[in-house]
Amino acid sequence: MRRYVISFGAIFALLTGLIMWNVGSGSVEFAPGELIEILSGGGAEGTARRIIWDIRLPRIIAAVFLGGSLSVSGYLLQSFFGNPIAGPYVLGISSGAKLSVALTMIFLLERGIQIGSFGMIAAAFAGSLVSMGFILVISVRVGKMPLLIVCGIMIGYICSAVTDFCITFADDSDIVNLHNWSMGSFSGMNWGNVRIIIAVVCTAVILTFFLSKPIGAYRMGEAYAANLGVNVRGLRVSLILLSSLLSACVTAFAGPISFVGIAVPHLVKTMTGTAKPALLIPGCFLCGGALTLFCDGMARTAFAPTELSISSVTAVFLAPVVIGMMLKR
Amino acid sequence: MSIRTDRLDAGYGKQPLIKGVTLFAGQETVLTLIGPNGSGKSTVLKSITKQLKKMGGAVYLDGRDMETLKGAQIAKKMSIVMTEPLRTEFMSCRDVVSSGRYPYTGRLGILSAGDWEAVDSALEIVGAKEISYRDFMKISDGQRQRVMLARAICQDTGALILDEPVSFLDMKYKLDILGNIRKMAHERKLSVILSLHELDLARMVSDVVACVDGEKIERIGMPEEIFEGDYIQSLYGVEADSFDPVLGSMYLPGAKGVPKVFVIGGGGSGIPSYYHLQRKNISFAAGALCENDLEYSAAKALAAEVVSVPAFHPVGDRQVERGKLLIDKCAGCLCPLGNFGPVNIKNRELLEYARKAGKLRHCIEDVL
Repeated sequence: MRRYVISFGAIFALLTGLIMWNVGSGSVEFAPGELIEILSGGGAEGTARRIIWDIRLPRIIAAVFLGGSLSVSGYLLQSFFGNPIAGPYVLGISSGAKLSVALTMIFLLERGIQIGSFGMIAAAFAGSLVSMGFILVISVRVGKMPLLIVCGIMIGYICSAVTDFCITFADDSDIVNLHNWSMGSFSGMNWGNVRIIIAVVCTAVILTFFLSKPIGAYRMGEAYAANLGVNVRGLRVSLILLSSLLSACVTAFAGPISFVGIAVPHLVKTMTGTAKPALLIPGCFLCGGALTLFCDGMARTAFAPTELSISSVTAVFLAPVVIGMMLKR
Repeated sequence: MSIRTDRLDAGYGKQPLIKGVTLFAGQETVLTLIGPNGSGKSTVLKSITKQLKKMGGAVYLDGRDMETLKGAQIAKKMSIVMTEPLRTEFMSCRDVVSSGRYPYTGRLGILSAGDWEAVDSALEIVGAKEISYRDFMKISDGQRQRVMLARAICQDTGALILDEPVSFLDMKYKLDILGNIRKMAHERKLSVILSLHELDLARMVSDVVACVDGEKIERIGMPEEIFEGDYIQSLYGVEADSFDPVLGSMYLPGAKGVPKVFVIGGGGSGIPSYYHLQRKNISFAAGALCENDLEYSAAKALAAEVVSVPAFHPVGDRQVERGKLLIDKCAGCLCPLGNFGPVNIKNRELLEYARKAGKLRHCIEDVL
C-alpha cells in the first residue's frame, strides 16, 4: 500500500515538474516568476501570453493525454495477447492507422475537402481495426508469440512504406505537411484539437478502468476467467476496440509514436510491484503522459530550433527499457 | 450440491469424440475419470466446465441445467483446477488465490475483509500460508498446484472440477493435494470430479471411478469393482501381467524362453532379484510361491516360469519336484529368501538341492 502511494506521488511530482519545464522552456525562455504570472492570467504583453496559452499549453496537454492514451492502449494489448512486448506500434496498429489517415487525407484534399478532427480519428480507428484484424487472423494461425510480433512489425513496415509512397508522389502543399505528421510530432496543436483529445481519451480510459475487474481475471488465462464468470468474448472485443480507439486517437493527432506503449506498462509494473489493473490503468496513463511530455520537451529543446520527431526521442529513452525488460525474463 | 451429466457428447470440431457420458457425483463424492492418454478425460471435463461447447446431452449443476445458468451463477457453484501451470506476472500467491473471490466482489473487484479471510483460510487449508506473499512464478510446481487448489477452495463452490491436478508433481505433493481434495470433499460436502493418471491414488481418493476408453464411458463403479481382474490392463491396452491391480504396481516385460536362473523367493524377498534379472534381460524361473504371496504378481510378470502353490497352502512335494527339475536346467540358483516357516518349509529342500548341485550363487554376477 505504501509503495503504491509513493509511486503515484512520484509520478504526480514528475508530471508537475515536467509541465513547468515544458511551459517555461523553448525558443523563448520564461523565468518561473513570469510563468506563474502569465498562467494565473495576469500581466505580460501579448506575445508571451500567446506563446504560452496558444502554443505551449495545448501541446503539453495533448502530449500528456496522448502519451497516457498510448500507454493504456499498450497495456490493453499486452493483456489481450498475454505478451509483454505487445504494443500498438510493434503490432503495426499505429502504422495501419497512419496509412488510413494518409489515404483519407490525400483522397479528400484532392477534392478540396478539409478533414476535421473526428474524421481523422474515424479514419485512424478504421485503419487500426484493419491492422488489428490482420494481427488477430495471424495470432489464430500461428499461436506463437514471437512470430506474432514479427508479423506485426512486418505489417507496420508495409503500411509505412505505402504511406511514404503516397506522400512522396502527392505534390499538394497540404499533403507535403503530412510528412511531418507521419514522422510523429505534437507540434501545431490547438485548443480545438485538445478538447477532442480530452473527450475521446477520457471516455476510453474511464471505460477501460471499469473493465479492470475482468481484465484482472483474464490475466490468469481464458479458462479460469470464464470459470469466474467473465464474458470472455465480450471482454476480448472490448479490449480490441478500446486499445484501437486509444492508439487511433494518438495517430490521428500526433502520428505514430513508438515504444511508449510497450515500455510504460512495464515501468509502472516494476515501480508499483503489482499488475492489478485498477492500479495499472491510472498508473500507465499518468506515467505515459509524463514520459511522453518529457520526450516531447527533449524533441523541442535538445537541438532547437530544429525539432526532432517524437519517435526518435522515445526510441532513445524507452527502447533500452524494453531491452532491459526482455533480458530480465 | 451435485454434478450430473446426461448423455453428454463431447469433442473438438464437428465429430464428437466421446458420446453418451452419463455421470453423477453427489454430495461428498469424489468421482475420478481414468483412461489412457487421449481417451477423452480432459475433453469430458472441459465440456462439463463449458470450456468446450458440448455437442449433445446436458450437464446439471445442483439439478439445474447449466445452459440455463449465467456465467456469474456458475462461478459460485463450480470451480476448476487445470493441469497446465499458470503463468503470471507480478502476482503473489495470495493475489492468485484472491482471484477466486471474483464472483463475490463488486464492479471494481475490491475484496472485503471477509473475502481476504476466505483467501487466507484457503491458503491455510492447503498448507501454503507461509508462501502467501511469494511471487507465484518463483515457487515450485507442487506449491503452485497447492495455490491453485486454494484458489478453487476460496471460490467457495459446491462443485470442484480438476483436470489431472497432480500430473507434474512429486510423490509428496501428489499425496498432499489428493489428501486435501479428499478432506475438502468430506468437510465441505463437495462434489468433485477429477481425472488422474495415477491408478494407485485413484483407487484411494475416489468414491466412484469412471473409465474412459476413447469413445465412451466404458465402465463405471466403485474402485474395488474397477480394480479387479484384468479390466484395468485391458482398458490401458497392456498385458494382463504388466499391472497388479491389487498393489497398483506396474512391471516392464521380463525375458521369456528357457530359464537360466532359478530364484527361491517369497514374501517380497525375491523382488530385487526379479528386477535385476529383468534389467539384465536374463530369463529366470521362480518358486515356489503362494498365489497370494506379496511378490507373486511380480514373479508372474517377470519370470519365464513360476512354480505356484494355491493361496494359503503349504508348498507341497509336487512343487518341490518341479522346482528341482527347473534347477537342473538352470545355470545357477539364487536364494534371497531367509525366512522359512510352516508354509514354505519345503523351499528349504530346494535350497539344499541347489547347494548340493553346486549351483547356489550369492549374486547374479556369479551366475553368469
